[in-house]
Amino acid sequence: MKKNEVPQDKSNLESANFKELCYAIDENGEYTTELSSGWDPKTIALNNAVEVINERISDSKQRVKDHKVSPLEYYMELHKMDLPILASYVGIWKWRVKRHFRPAIFKKLNNKTLQKYADVFDITIEELQRTDL
Amino acid sequence: MEIDFKHKQAAHCENGVVANLMTYNGFTVSEPMVFGIGSGLLFSYIPFLKVNHAPVVSYRAMPGIIFTRFAKRVGIKIKREKFSNAQKAKTRLDENLERNNPVGLQVGVFNLPYFPDEYRFHFNAHNMVVYGKKDGSYLISDPVMETVTSLTEKELEKVRFAKGAFAPKGHIYYPTGFPKELQLENAIIKGIKHTCRDMLAPVPIVGVKGIRKIAKLIRKWPKSKGIKIANHYLGQIVRMQEEIGTGGGGFRYIYAAFLQEAGKLLENNRLLELSKEMTLIGDEWRDFAVEASRIYKNRSNSGAVDQYDHVATLLEEIANKEEVFFKKLKKAI
Repeated sequence: MKKNEVPQDKSNLESANFKELCYAIDENGEYTTELSSGWDPKTIALNNAVEVINERISDSKQRVKDHKVSPLEYYMELHKMDLPILASYVGIWKWRVKRHFRPAIFKKLNNKTLQKYADVFDITIEELQRTDL
Repeated sequence: MEIDFKHKQAAHCENGVVANLMTYNGFTVSEPMVFGIGSGLLFSYIPFLKVNHAPVVSYRAMPGIIFTRFAKRVGIKIKREKFSNAQKAKTRLDENLERNNPVGLQVGVFNLPYFPDEYRFHFNAHNMVVYGKKDGSYLISDPVMETVTSLTEKELEKVRFAKGAFAPKGHIYYPTGFPKELQLENAIIKGIKHTCRDMLAPVPIVGVKGIRKIAKLIRKWPKSKGIKIANHYLGQIVRMQEEIGTGGGGFRYIYAAFLQEAGKLLENNRLLELSKEMTLIGDEWRDFAVEASRIYKNRSNSGAVDQYDHVATLLEEIANKEEVFFKKLKKAI
């Protein structure tokens, strides 16, 4: 890649006023660095990834409303987590976290366990228990 | 207190931290030099791990290992510490700052407030330097950022104790002992040999063979997973290749810059030639990203299966070129 070919497309980096460093060659073939404001092929990839996450969040929201899963699953998706990550944040085994996704079991959880989840998601127990998201 | 620390932006966080810490201690080394000597270049596919619900490929060596190898090869001692207790981790950090010692930190990205929202994933192998504390906030030199920044005590604790894969556990590191003079020549040769060995390894998921493996999977995905998931997977490969931190072309350009610098230092013209060749290979990786993005741009696309075959072929061509390249590189030193 030549220095003048370093892409300067519009990207999500702009919002944070931030450019990334790329390596490229100058007109004499010497390596140098140049800042890039973004590149379309990866902006599209990133936007798609964000869209997939948003879809997962709204699917989960619907499942909570239909009382198919507990709100825990929704908050996990909202925080871009998956089961191993959530389990490691609350310090509870994966299979137990998975059980807590079942509404009937979630209802029976004691306050101590609920507090652990609430702390991870930075919300109160009351908020965590609401199913009208 | 504030340590007089010079922040220099880098493409990749780990190299950047090492290069900046070295500069602070009076040894000027470039980012590509750290990357090359530390044998950072790699390709690997990690079959058992999924990140963001997609398979993981990596264009670089494991987090932390670049510094370890670099230090060993140039004769630097490093001290590393991890903590189970956040309070202890903070005390130790403060002690170091008090002693005017800037330290490298491993952190998670998800809770970094200065990153754009879209970039905040649960990725725990990010690196930064803390070089002081002012009004209860830590002064941060994050190598991927253009300028320095700061984090409150609470914010820093959160990112130091992020959880999940590669959890940092408050990991801090800094160099403690230095050689009289920095001898790079032998270190460069060791670094290059190691990279050649990795890239040509007879392991199906590593190096050139790893690239071929991924090409094969890409051909299968539209049929076995459906177009939607295949697009998501392909997008993730491109993101791993080009997202902040690789310097473009999945680290291939940084490596070419290293070969150029090494060629001049060792007065080895073959390395200079090979640097040019690596630049061209980097361009082909970029072409692959462009072609891949054409596929996942329009989602309802009937010719997609053919296009998947097409990008897989591009990857196979890259694999062939890299195989020839690393065989030549091995002989050139």
